[in-house]
Amino acid sequence: MKRRFELVVTLRPGLLDPQGKAIESALPAMGWTNVSDVRVGKHIVLTVDADTEDDARKQVEDMSRRLLSNPVIEDVRILAAHEVSG
Amino acid sequence: MREHPRVGVVTFPGSLDDRDALRAVGAMGGVGVPLWHAERELRDVDAVILPGGFSYGDYLRCGAIARFAPIMEEVVRFAAAGRPVVGICNGFQILCEAGMLPGALIRNRSLRFICRVVDVRVETSLTPLTEGLTAGDVLQIPVKHGEGQFIASGEDLARIEGDGLVAFRYCAPDGTIDDAHNVNGAANAIAGVRSDAGNVVGLMPHPEHAVDPDVGPTGGQPLIASLLSRALARV
Repeated sequence: MKRRFELVVTLRPGLLDPQGKAIESALPAMGWTNVSDVRVGKHIVLTVDADTEDDARKQVEDMSRRLLSNPVIEDVRILAAHEVSG
Repeated sequence: MREHPRVGVVTFPGSLDDRDALRAVGAMGGVGVPLWHAERELRDVDAVILPGGFSYGDYLRCGAIARFAPIMEEVVRFAAAGRPVVGICNGFQILCEAGMLPGALIRNRSLRFICRVVDVRVETSLTPLTEGLTAGDVLQIPVKHGEGQFIASGEDLARIEGDGLVAFRYCAPDGTIDDAHNVNGAANAIAGVRSDAGNVVGLMPHPEHAVDPDVGPTGGQPLIASLLSRALARV
């Protein structure tokens, strides 16, 4: 069974996010003076072929830790998973 | 014992500074040995340099893909045996991604690519690059990177400082550490770190670009010289 996973990778809280900071400092110039705590992350989608949802999820967690993120600086969240045909 | 140490330089797809590293080793009296990422052969070298560049296009994260190159298994083994391994710029990023050095490198504080000569202070002589130097020595060496801001969690940073793992810091010409001379905003102005055992060291500045007086500063000379003598010592 194939399942489509959606993940988001973000810098860990407390670590300086220079891209988030740059956006945060640009927003007031456009009138949004009410925005704070901007963080920029990466959105990753991938399809996993595995027998059970549990197995697929375990594999995604493993690849998240070993390749998709650097646990020293980043957190990964699995946003969604759904079955796909074919 | 060999008269001229053999220093391997790994070429990954996207490496840029492999040729300069080989040339610097040769200019300082060693034998530069080209190594290829897809092979598992270290060709009987006495030390390994992972050079700068943009291995695998810096896809995902700088160094993230390169750490899985076949030759890295051999480099890990080589390092575990206590042999000298040096990562410069992208090579430093690869060593951090591989967990061979603590911390990580993220976008420069300015969000800009920085290419200029900086002053770098040696923090310890307990690395293969600094054995011939004294803590406090200041060297002029170029940096050229977009993602060179060293960062670590508060806990890791405390351990890095407490265990004396900081190898280099960005500094003023007189060796003073201040924010104005912290070129990329690195935590505690850290420009390079070493492993617990001390035989693995990584740094953002490029000593291989600073050995020839005809083209710029020569702050890289004592570092390459140290590496060559350490390579021969076969500690």
